Amino acid sequence: MSARPALTLLCAAVPALLAAEPVEFNRDIRPILSDNCFACHGHDASHRKAKLRLDVREAALAKEAFVPGKPEASELVKRLFLTDPDEVMPPPDSHKTLTAEQKELLRRWVAEGAKYQNHWSYDAPVKPAAGAPAEAIDALVEARLRTKGLRPVAEADRRTLARRLHLDLLGLPPTPEEVDAFVADKSPDAYARLVERLLASPHYGERMAQGWLDVVRYADTIGYHSDTPRNVWPYRDYVIRSFNQNKRFDRFTLEQVAGDLLPDADIEAKVGSGFNRLLLTTEEGGAQAKDYQQRMLNDRVRAVGAAWLGQTTGCAQCHDHKFDPFTQRDFFSLGAFFADIHEPDIGRREEGMLVVTPADERRLAELAAAVTLAKQTLEQAVGGLSAQLDAWEKEAAEDLAATPATAAKGKAKAKAKSPDAALAAKAPAILQKPAAKRTAAEKTLLRDFLLSMHPEALKAERAAVAATQREHDAFRAGLPKSLVTTKAATVRTVRILPRGNWMDESGEIVKAAFPHYLPQPKLDGRTPNRLDLARWLVSRENPLTARVTMNRLWMQFFGTALSKNPGDLGAQGELPPNQALLDWLAMEFMDSGWDVKHMVRLMVTSRAYRRASAAPAELTAADPYNRELARQSPARLDAELVRDNALAIAGLLVPKVGGPSVKPYQPDRYWENLNFPVRDYVADKGESQYRRGLYVWWQRTFLHPSLLAFDAPSREEACTDRTRSNIPQQALVLLNDPTYVEAARAFAARALAEPGDDDRRLTWAWRRALQRTPEAAELATLRQVLTERRKTYQGDPAAAQAFLKVGLTPPPAGLAPAELAAWTHVTRVLLNLHETITRE
Amino acid sequence: MSPLPPELQAALTRRAFLGRTTQGVGGLALASLLGPSALAASGATGALSRLPLPQKAKRVIWLSMAGGPSHLETFDPKPKLTAMHGQPMPESFTKGQQLAQLQGQKLTCFGPQHKFAKFGRNQTEICELFPQIGSVLDDICLIRSMTTDAINHDPAHMFMNTGSQIAGRPSMGSWVTYGLGTEATDLPGFVVLTSLGKGGQNQPIAARQWSSGFLPSKHQGVQLRSKGDPVLYLSNPPGVSRDAQGGDVDAIAKLNLHRERFVADPEVATRVAQYEMAFKMQASVPQLMDVKGEDPKTLELYGCQPGDGSFASNCLLARRLAERGVRFIQLYHKDWDHHGGVKDGVAFKAAEIDRACMALITDLKRRGMLDSTLIVWAGEFGRTPMSQGNGRDHHNKAMTVWMAGGGIRGGLVHGSTDELGYAAVDKVATVHDLHATMLHQLGIAHDAFSVKFQGLDAKLTGVEPCKPIKEIIA
Repeated sequence: MSARPALTLLCAAVPALLAAEPVEFNRDIRPILSDNCFACHGHDASHRKAKLRLDVREAALAKEAFVPGKPEASELVKRLFLTDPDEVMPPPDSHKTLTAEQKELLRRWVAEGAKYQNHWSYDAPVKPAAGAPAEAIDALVEARLRTKGLRPVAEADRRTLARRLHLDLLGLPPTPEEVDAFVADKSPDAYARLVERLLASPHYGERMAQGWLDVVRYADTIGYHSDTPRNVWPYRDYVIRSFNQNKRFDRFTLEQVAGDLLPDADIEAKVGSGFNRLLLTTEEGGAQAKDYQQRMLNDRVRAVGAAWLGQTTGCAQCHDHKFDPFTQRDFFSLGAFFADIHEPDIGRREEGMLVVTPADERRLAELAAAVTLAKQTLEQAVGGLSAQLDAWEKEAAEDLAATPATAAKGKAKAKAKSPDAALAAKAPAILQKPAAKRTAAEKTLLRDFLLSMHPEALKAERAAVAATQREHDAFRAGLPKSLVTTKAATVRTVRILPRGNWMDESGEIVKAAFPHYLPQPKLDGRTPNRLDLARWLVSRENPLTARVTMNRLWMQFFGTALSKNPGDLGAQGELPPNQALLDWLAMEFMDSGWDVKHMVRLMVTSRAYRRASAAPAELTAADPYNRELARQSPARLDAELVRDNALAIAGLLVPKVGGPSVKPYQPDRYWENLNFPVRDYVADKGESQYRRGLYVWWQRTFLHPSLLAFDAPSREEACTDRTRSNIPQQALVLLNDPTYVEAARAFAARALAEPGDDDRRLTWAWRRALQRTPEAAELATLRQVLTERRKTYQGDPAAAQAFLKVGLTPPPAGLAPAELAAWTHVTRVLLNLHETITRE
Repeated sequence: MSPLPPELQAALTRRAFLGRTTQGVGGLALASLLGPSALAASGATGALSRLPLPQKAKRVIWLSMAGGPSHLETFDPKPKLTAMHGQPMPESFTKGQQLAQLQGQKLTCFGPQHKFAKFGRNQTEICELFPQIGSVLDDICLIRSMTTDAINHDPAHMFMNTGSQIAGRPSMGSWVTYGLGTEATDLPGFVVLTSLGKGGQNQPIAARQWSSGFLPSKHQGVQLRSKGDPVLYLSNPPGVSRDAQGGDVDAIAKLNLHRERFVADPEVATRVAQYEMAFKMQASVPQLMDVKGEDPKTLELYGCQPGDGSFASNCLLARRLAERGVRFIQLYHKDWDHHGGVKDGVAFKAAEIDRACMALITDLKRRGMLDSTLIVWAGEFGRTPMSQGNGRDHHNKAMTVWMAGGGIRGGLVHGSTDELGYAAVDKVATVHDLHATMLHQLGIAHDAFSVKFQGLDAKLTGVEPCKPIKEIIA
């Protein structure tokens, strides 16, 4: 995304502004100052030139930057119009230039009194009067459309609506039958009922989880260097479950940031606290602990900034933020909230908490009890063996004495006799001690050593211990584990690092504190902890979290967020063209008790959502980026959904929710650049091969190439807004990746199972893929593919056989290979269509 | 912006498609029929419509020596270090400094493990393991005063490639193709090739090293692999002929363009162009990789066997890519991480790269392409003059990189380290300076080449002051 679209709009709006309304600081002036002036005359004291700051009115006045009401007497205005390169502002070496309109705006602003406003997103949202909740979105959208003189387009046809809703709410296409039923349903609440049905689907949580997993940078591997695996997938399922259960967003936040500190922390909350462990870590041999301690702090500050606050906190790691009031002290103080997390700085993470159901827990306890019982039985049997043990000890001691040269030699001999090297290494020293001087532990060790030398004794009892232990361990190994947050015994010291340099420890020590420019909670002098941070994030006083969350949610259903950079609601972000709408959504979200489904429902039932995405040329020209919502915006499906859609159409999709990550087919040697250790990728067999894209193994440094091609982020950093590229690799994936070839073949086999002639089957396949009836020209194109490929494969049966072998699922018996191969080309064409991978 | 109204463009496109047979698909350059906007979609034009500086280099071949080559066994002679071998490292050098694995340990001088010899008209000393590079040293500029910010591999690679240690920034190859576009019509503008060393210390290299970060994805590096499909998913499925593939691509285009009439979505035309590009790549990439047509003497010059996946083979492919107009070609050769056994380790590496580097320079030169091709040889950091067993630790205060061609002065040594090779002391250069120099040779002013990201004018060369190394520019 570039900043250009907004600028274009802004410039286009200028002439109108000049003529009519008074200048408004946030809308008209702040973007100019922020883009062109604040880098040297803004928040960052260390880079401030001429000790002048323009972001605070009093400070600018004190330095006589302007005289309110008198532009001709104002230095700021004069400097804009100078030609001397040493005098003109912005200076030439900044490579910034102002347009004539921008200069005129600044002049008029001073003339009108140089009034400032607080940055829009740092003031609490105010809920505009907009009627009943169900009407509010449209009331606010349409009010703006009227002032802009834009006429909204009509509602999309019912097929498009059904397909749009399915893809937006479930990430899966509807069947043609579902679309038919909806089209035929003439009752006034047909649409609302469809929405409710989809909101109740278990796949709703999967669809919603995807965006959140991007924001929190969820992945299966550690990210740095060796990029080795870690246990964290139960967190992914936790996110899905939370959306499906419509967990309040405030609770969702508390669990993730501080689930371990909640008074009612249950397994669910603890798994949620895995959020704090999702960051990048390293197992590199030469890595420096302090370096990575710092990297992890930075990583977390950036993540919280992106996910909840919409603040580009990362800018303040080395210096005060250039555009926002977020200081370097704020950066490290925010980082200090996480200094209590128990974790190694470098090296392997722990295996994680067992994530078990009560039944699993019972079974584990049973197995542990069986081990204990077997051990007790063995102990009792050993008790009856004392005479024997004394004899063995004597024997061993004699053996040791027989080679008296050195203790080391005796050790070697003892080792040679015992199958247990660890016991054998320690036994000789104990044997040489007088029995009375041996500790209890030494006595047990010696006894175990002697037993190990005589495997024939107590064979059954010992076998029982081994067998129960094995069973216990195997069961435990199969249980899900997930990295969770636990509090460390000692809290790490956090310092402000000069220039962000971890090698420089001269900076001041800071305690956890909230960004100074945002509303502060009452703490009664206490240093706040992570739970306080979590509560503050979702407090009603926090002006950002609800706006940030609603802004992103809007993007999911309308393509572009209301403030178009969802990761930045600061000065360099965008003042939302329809701020009233974003503020209303934020307030309604909080008023509803942070009810996500309520907000989704409001959005997708709005007229704005239901509009057609095709628009007359004059509307496209007047509002090229559809910021005013007189129409819908078409969007290519997200990477995971491209996969889900194809598998669903083909009838291959296994719709199971949750579980360990899965490994679809992947080109050989794609992981050849991974090392420590070198790894082979082994694709899953069976149903795991046909799971949704959201479950694909997320290898950060080498994400599955078919996901990568469609812009799935590596999740090394928080991603609040995926790019939507259109590149040749996408064609190669859809044409040649075995996943899609197999899907095409399965799809073709289904078409061939349909009754009727070619045209009926072609129509059936078309409707499966696109849920609409093909036009004559479209049908003709497919028919031509079929005819030509029939010819090809009837003349080359070997080629047909080879083509049909792709993938794990065998083609159904009884179909002529040439026929199935030819049909597979037809269905392959369908799966490759732009329309198939686009939500209109 | 396109000079053609969209309707006309669409009509033109449709005509182009309908007028073709399925057999004829491969030969047509659809992009040229689609007009400039579709050309931009395939990356053919850059964001910089006019270059502020004269363009001396049209392309870059960047040889990344992954693992961190020791400057002390390659290009930076230190007789004083030989003399002090085995003695404690003087504290004046290391006091209060951050080291990697040697932090807090006893520091002992470790003399260069190989002899140095004189090469070129200036009788410049480089390690005698590199006689072939020595033979073309008059075309090479050694920068002995390079430094970097990071001392662990992964962040150091990120810094060298993106100018930042934080993941998510565009790689330099992406910046360059974003700025300049590419001249290649049927290949990506930014291509990456990797090769393994035989010493077993092959550093993992993350795909983020050639990621386009916040720049459009079409500028991401495309890895060409020596085994299997050179580009992922390049081959047709088994049993699908080129004709059949072309037939499907044609049908897809026809149906897409038919639909476009109803949806008026510019993405459709781009989609059609990208399918055409993909189909062309399916032919052009295998042609590129097939070096059978090369003169046997050329293969001998590089010292490679076709398809052996060696660094030498990749150097030959780099030349072929350069000929085809690819803008940024990056080679990774791994296995330079000599914490132990630096003596044998560097000897291994020298055997793998010495002749190939010479061959690349020689081959480009005799084809008249060296002047317009900037070659950069660089690791991600240098190594300590102190021993780590019989090896050397990571080190960011000194390293040698070299450049050749692309308007860089050959036969020059720029900057120097102290007498023990611990730190760059004269004409100290940073990674950002290196990037600025590269951009300068490409005709780009580094400080004016920016993209808005998180509210900042993000640049490859970062926010700290830096400048092109003017002394080395011809």
